[in-house]
Formats: sequence, C-alpha cells, structure tokens
Amino acid sequence: MTYLTFLEIALPELWEGTLITLQITLITLIIGFVIGFPAALARIYGGKALGAISTAYTEVLRGTPVLVQLFIIYYGLPQFGVTLPAFSAAYIALGLNSGAYQAEYFRGAIQAISSGQMLAAQSLGMNKLKAIIHIIIPQAFRLALPAWANEVVSMVKVTSIVYLTAVPDLMTKAKMLSSKYFNPIETYLTAAVFYLVIIGILTVVLSYIEKTTRIPGLEMEAEAR
Amino acid sequence: MVEPIIRLDNIHKSYGKDDILKGISLEIMEGEVVVIIGPSGTGKSTLLRCINQLTVPNSGRVWVDGVELTDPKVDINKARRHIGFVFQDVNLFNHLNALNNISIGLKLVLGMPAPNAKEKALLELKRVGLEQKADLYPGQLSGGQKQRVAIARALAMDPRVMLFDEPTSALDPELIGEVLEVMKKLAREGMTMVCVTHEMGFAREVASRIIFMEHGVVVEEGSPEQMFANPQFNRTREFLGKISELYGKHTE
Ligand SMILES: Nc1ncnc2c1ncn2[C@@H]1O[C@H](COP(=O)(O)OP(=O)(O)OP(=O)(O)O)[C@@H](O)[C@H]1O
Ligand SMILES: [Mg+2]
Repeated sequence: MTYLTFLEIALPELWEGTLITLQITLITLIIGFVIGFPAALARIYGGKALGAISTAYTEVLRGTPVLVQLFIIYYGLPQFGVTLPAFSAAYIALGLNSGAYQAEYFRGAIQAISSGQMLAAQSLGMNKLKAIIHIIIPQAFRLALPAWANEVVSMVKVTSIVYLTAVPDLMTKAKMLSSKYFNPIETYLTAAVFYLVIIGILTVVLSYIEKTTRIPGLEMEAEAR
Repeated sequence: MVEPIIRLDNIHKSYGKDDILKGISLEIMEGEVVVIIGPSGTGKSTLLRCINQLTVPNSGRVWVDGVELTDPKVDINKARRHIGFVFQDVNLFNHLNALNNISIGLKLVLGMPAPNAKEKALLELKRVGLEQKADLYPGQLSGGQKQRVAIARALAMDPRVMLFDEPTSALDPELIGEVLEVMKKLAREGMTMVCVTHEMGFAREVASRIIFMEHGVVVEEGSPEQMFANPQFNRTREFLGKISELYGKHTE
C-alpha cells in the first residue's frame, strides 16, 4: 500500500480523532478555568481555610502525574461504585489537572498587580468586591493571557493520554491505524503533523488575541520589553 | 463655633513592636492647606492613611466632615467617597485610559449614568489641562501627567478634603512644577488640603500651616512664616534647612 492510499483511509479517521481531541481540550480548559480561577481568588482573598484548600488542591494536582490522576478516576473510582464513562473521566481528570495549573497562572497574575491598585480603588470609596471585580480581575486576565496561552497548547498535547482509557481521540485513532496497517512511522508522523497544525493555528489565534488586547504598560515583568 | 473638618484625637498606630504613631491629635479647619513634613520613616504616610482609614489606627478617633470614621458602625466606603487621596506612586488603574480612570469611580461608586460620568470626567481632565490625553493609558503618560490624572480622579468625586502623600517625590524634577501648579490652583480655590510634601516653595506660597513630625509625634507646627523665620525647636530649623537645600532648587 502506498502512502497516498493509506492517507485516503487514514485522513477521515484522523480527522474524527482530531475533533475529539479538540473537544476534550476545549471542555477541559473550560472546566479548568471554572475551577482554577476561583481557586486563585480563594488562595489570595479567601482567608485561611479556603486558602489552604486551594493550596492543597494546586500542590497535589501539580505534584502528581496527570496519567495517575486519570487512572484513579477511571479505574480507581469504580472500586467505590462510581463508574464513569471514558469521556467523563477524561474531562474530570484533565479538567482538575488544568485547573491546578490555571490557578497558579491566575494567582501569579493577581500577585503581580501592585497593592496600590486596591488602595486607590478603596480610596475612591469602592468596596473590596467591586475593586476585585473591576480593577484587579481585568488586569489579572490580561496579565495571565500569555501563560494561559501556553496552557492551551500544552493541553492539546496532554489530551493524548486518553488513548489509555479508550477515548477515540487523535492518538487513539493513530494507534488503531498503525496496528491495522503495520506502518507506525507513517501513521504517527501523520498524527504528529495533525497535532502540529492544531497547535500552530491555536498559537496564531492566541497571539493575535494577545496583540489586540495589549494595553501599554500592562504586562508581567518577564514579558516587558 | 465652627467645627474642624478633620479631627484626629490621640492616634496610635504600631506595626508589631514598632510604635509608628504615638498619639497624634490634629484639627484642620475647612479651607486650610496643611503641609506635613518630617524625615523618612516618621509616619507621615501612616498618618495620612489613618485619616481615610486605609490604615486603621490601633487607638484614637478620627472625624471627617462630622462623621466619626473610627466608629465601627460607620460605612467606611461611603465616607471615603468624599476624601480624595493622591498617592506617591500615583496608582492609576493600569487597564483604563485617562478618561475611564476618572469615570469609573463616578459610575461604580456614585452610580452616575455612563454619559454623565464621561462628561464629568472630561471636565475634570480639562481642569488639570489634560483633556487631549483622554484616550491614553497610564503607560502612555509622563509621570507628571499621570499624577495630574490621579488628582483629577480624586477631584471628580467632589471631595470635601484632599489628602496628598508626597505627590511629586517620585517625579523627575522638570515634571514637578506642573503637578504643583494644579495643587496650588486647588488651594486657591479653597479646597481643604493635607499635603505630605517637602516642596517648600509650595508650602510658602499656599500653606496655612506647616506641621513638622518626627518619630511618630508632632514636634512643632505653625504658619509658614513662623516656621521658616522663627522655629521653636532646633530640630525643626535643622530639618527645614536640610530640605530647603535638597528640594529648594526646582520650587520657583
Ligand atoms: N504595612 C506596614 N507594615 C509594617 N510596617 C510598616 C507598614 N507601613 C509602614 N510601616 C513602617 O512604618 C514606618 C513609617 O512609615 P511611613 O510610610 O508612614 O513613613 P513616612 O514618614 O511616610 O516615610 P517616607 O518619607 O519615607 O514616605 C516605617 O518604618 C515603615 O517601615
Ligand atoms: Mg511616606
């Protein structure tokens, strides 16, 4: 079989897998944001108890392999009678994992904002909540954007571990094709190109967003020119 | 009898074991321009922040415009609306342009509708001579322009008193004049002002009183004439001499 005839069979399969990969990436990032952003706020503004919970969460999830986390949820939870479909297990495991990283990025961004911003808001008569919502959070989002863009790219790659729980993502499709046609080099190189294109497009889109939302003078120290 | 617009009664503040303010009492009448001077680390900023409760004193009481701010039942956010504060490090909101830096307080705190807030913000920018910079972000403004926007931001709230914490000390010498001009104009319009500053030209010109603080206590106070010509304490004379030497050059 020539590479071209192989491609004819493989492309639709890999495309299907790509859509699943994108779907998992997107849902995971959203779950991660929904958990991670409040976790960052809790750690900074939440007082002792909430702060400790948030710290424990981020440290445990960043301190253990994401694959172990996925296996605990997919293979481990059934022991307690909680059996999750492969997709749900992937969303939960990867979402929790991404949440821990996103929490750290947002925490870093919030902490990079000078304490004078809050004081200035309060001196105008804003209460703390209004100041957080209207002064701190918008700046934190802008400051966290570069790190968040890295998380998006990294998540696309991390999702490939779900082939171990039989979710039909890009990696799983590649694995299936390669064992069917005994051509691992062609298959995996093609899959690699797919990943590269996904990440290339996302990178372009994200850096466009970064550029168009740039505010003069508002950037993290490290990215300041 | 006329009530003072700002009254401090026996303010104490300590950080850990360090007593920063050791019982400060002060009465400031409406329309007064009070200049506070003193060596670094003496507690001038701490005192100023105790007035609007950005720093909460350990003991002592503060009244502004008839309201006791140290009363635990008082709505401090509401009280702060009408106490303008200008910071040494400016603290403009970095994600907002000059106009929105001014209008955000009007909208969020005073509940002014957006078009009115914008109109008022433009007016305040004009007052500090920066109406053509409305669209620029803090990162695009010079230090002096930033501080003028910060003053406009405080003025927009129609403050009863204005507190200035070394508003020019972080500025390049050639930018100090424009900020002092705005402050002098304000003083002449009758605004009650408490200014921590070592700009003695400013003090001579508009201050009704100079207060010399050291180690958390008021050492001496008096009119500028009296303080410059005939201070009661050697320490005051010494310090005034030192700052005239340091800051004298660019105060016309
Ligand atoms: N939040 C804080 N925590 C601990 N110590 C503080 C805090 N704020 C101020 N201090 C200390 O209180 C003392 C007085 O500080 P303050 O800023 O009021 O002095 P200052 O007279 O304004 O000095 P400068 O002229 O340098 O601005 C300093 O020793 C400072 O280190
Ligand atoms: Mg100070």
